[in-house]
Amino acid sequence: MAWTGNVLRVDLTSGKIAAEPLNMEWARDYLGQRGLATKYLYEEIDPAIDALSPANKLIMTTGPLTGTMAATGGRYSVVTKSPLTGAVACSNSGGFIGAEMKMAGWDMIIFEGKSPQPVYLYVENENAELIPADDLWGSSVWETDERLHAKHQDPLIRIACVGRAAEQGCRYASVVNDLHRAAGRSGVGTVMASKNLKALVCRGTKGVGNIKDPMRFFQTTEQGKKVLAENAVTGQGLPKFGTQVLMNVINEVGAMPTRNMREVQFEGAHKISAEAMHEPRSDGTPNLHTNAACFACTIACGRISTIEKGHFTIENKPKYWGASGGLEYEAAWALGSDTGVDDLETLTYVNFLCNEDGIDPISFGATVAAAMELYERGVISQEDTGGIELRFGSAEALAKCTELTCRGEGFGQILGLGSLRLCEKYGHPELSMTVKGQEFPAYDPRGIQGMGLAYATANRGACHLRAYTVASEILGIPEKTDPLVTEGKAELVKAFQDATAAVDSSGLCVFTTFAWGMDDIAPQVDAACEGDWSAEKMLEVGERVWNLERDFNLKAGLTRADDTLPHRLLEEGANTGPAEGKVNDLQQMLPRYYEIRGWTENGELSDDTRRRLRV
Amino acid sequence: MLRALKLEPEKCTGCLQCEMACSYENEGVFNPAKSRIKVFTFHHEGRFAPYTCTQCEEAWCLHSCPVEAIVINADTGAKEVLDNVCVGCKVCTIACPFGTVNYNQDSGKVMKCDLCGGDPWCAKACPTGAITYVDVDNTGLDRMRAWAQQSPAGPATHVEPRPKEIATYSRAQ
Repeated sequence: MAWTGNVLRVDLTSGKIAAEPLNMEWARDYLGQRGLATKYLYEEIDPAIDALSPANKLIMTTGPLTGTMAATGGRYSVVTKSPLTGAVACSNSGGFIGAEMKMAGWDMIIFEGKSPQPVYLYVENENAELIPADDLWGSSVWETDERLHAKHQDPLIRIACVGRAAEQGCRYASVVNDLHRAAGRSGVGTVMASKNLKALVCRGTKGVGNIKDPMRFFQTTEQGKKVLAENAVTGQGLPKFGTQVLMNVINEVGAMPTRNMREVQFEGAHKISAEAMHEPRSDGTPNLHTNAACFACTIACGRISTIEKGHFTIENKPKYWGASGGLEYEAAWALGSDTGVDDLETLTYVNFLCNEDGIDPISFGATVAAAMELYERGVISQEDTGGIELRFGSAEALAKCTELTCRGEGFGQILGLGSLRLCEKYGHPELSMTVKGQEFPAYDPRGIQGMGLAYATANRGACHLRAYTVASEILGIPEKTDPLVTEGKAELVKAFQDATAAVDSSGLCVFTTFAWGMDDIAPQVDAACEGDWSAEKMLEVGERVWNLERDFNLKAGLTRADDTLPHRLLEEGANTGPAEGKVNDLQQMLPRYYEIRGWTENGELSDDTRRRLRV
Repeated sequence: MLRALKLEPEKCTGCLQCEMACSYENEGVFNPAKSRIKVFTFHHEGRFAPYTCTQCEEAWCLHSCPVEAIVINADTGAKEVLDNVCVGCKVCTIACPFGTVNYNQDSGKVMKCDLCGGDPWCAKACPTGAITYVDVDNTGLDRMRAWAQQSPAGPATHVEPRPKEIATYSRAQ
């Protein structure tokens, strides 16, 4: 089985908690996690509702392989309607909370309604209760974690919670688990706080059993681990350098968005790269302290960093003197290159704050970058920023903006709107580097054409984790394609989208796909789960999930007009590097993409496609 | 040859594969809560450390057991709990100085590492070599080698014949 078969439904309005069986008919079509929770959301809410109204639901969900020995089998997702984009949101996180939910016997927890006062959910195996959290409201994630551990007198509980930013309505607040892992994107934390739900506290001692064919499961997972260990990226690059291994590579190919995507190469990239994190500082220690694994992960790409002693950001602030979650590539890019800040220690401090109070460093960094451009153009002034001199490259300004946004104070309230709402507020929506209202991640689609289509069509707005064609276009995985051409990219994007949706529905981490193909993944799922889970079936599930998400968005009011990129990327050529002079040729890819998706010219699911995929 | 689990915290990434392997071997489910080996995270120090029974020669748990439920496996040297004898009195959990014997509320017995009968699953599952199963007499070998490598050793000692006076002195003894 691998699924526990149990769903916990929590009505926050009435305080009623009930267990119900997992809909196995849906599980056969949608597997678990991203796919299955999206199916629940699709069936249970009207996609057109206000994301921050009590009518929205928030689903914390695991996959069938979550909590098993399959390498990286510890993922969980938070699925809801996004307050940032109005589209479906599905944010994936590692750490340990997902496995703990599973150990407690739950595939999924569905939160409905809105609690009349702040509460948290305490789950200990089959026992679950809502506990008042008035005393925790107004606390950061780190403080909440510490106080809940002290209160429950149990070092083994796992916690996922929101910080002050979410309480203050920041549109891109995350749900942070295990202090420094996060369901980061699309404002899933904002929805959680809107329900007056501060935390999930979980302790599971039942374990995960019910493996369909244990012997075959051990064989296939063992084989999978071997492939990860022997692959250069997952076996060496990621453990040593983390995702930051990409910084210099992407900068070289001229796809490193810089200063609100005005430029495509950052002169300070080498100062904030993975290699820089290994360099000894004035006190002899490097920024990177060690690497760390999420539950069951044999790659261990996580970064644990310290901030240099005496750095201006942490003077007289002892709580930041220890080690904590360090910079991933996306955070280093958004907080660094996109704002022009090349001080590694400041970026590490800001990253700590993003974890401490639960904000998405990608959306936050990109929003600050947009504000910096508005400031440099004279659209906003120190009067608006509350005295902050918001220039590109200012580490002090970035640090100050982060402190304010995390607490929802002053100009931080404005930054908490996200790039699009901020730029609209000041009359320059064209300066917002977003798709469907969500900020871009760290790959400029002028230098990597396929990513333009991936961003434009990603169901949660601009996102690198919906179709990481960078793997093919830059790294040559599974085979090299030319990043500067558009031919064949529609097919490439679709293939990546479907495969990724399947992986995200399994409980495994998408980073395995640097080494694993579906032929490595499907046998592990098949050995664990009832039913026939061939590679073809997995890809069919992925395609179904993709179409279901699309249909949710269409019902939410999005149209083909939302499948686009900002003017800057379509009209202003890259200023340097291999892609110099190039824009993203989205229109050369989009019609073909609709065609192979089986969608109409308007980007809607055709009747044939609905029938074929049973959506 | 007796073997021992050798734990090297500096290599641990905190992935808990060992805990899952242990619980599956012993309980038939993936369940860190029932693992005989535990990985501890010291977040602000950025450290992970696996910890389990060292199989003491003079085992406090064994000596303290009032019903002689803990016995020595002659092949592995492991101190093993006999579930059909254990009465769940938990005295051994108090006696153990290291906290590595613990009560299992589901079985009503205590549980501790038994080296899986000489084929410990935790060591097999560890992806980074932080847990290995090595000659019990040589758990310090790697560290000795590391220190030895740092010791001054001029190439001359390898190619020159032994100094005469020392050789003479040796023979005289």
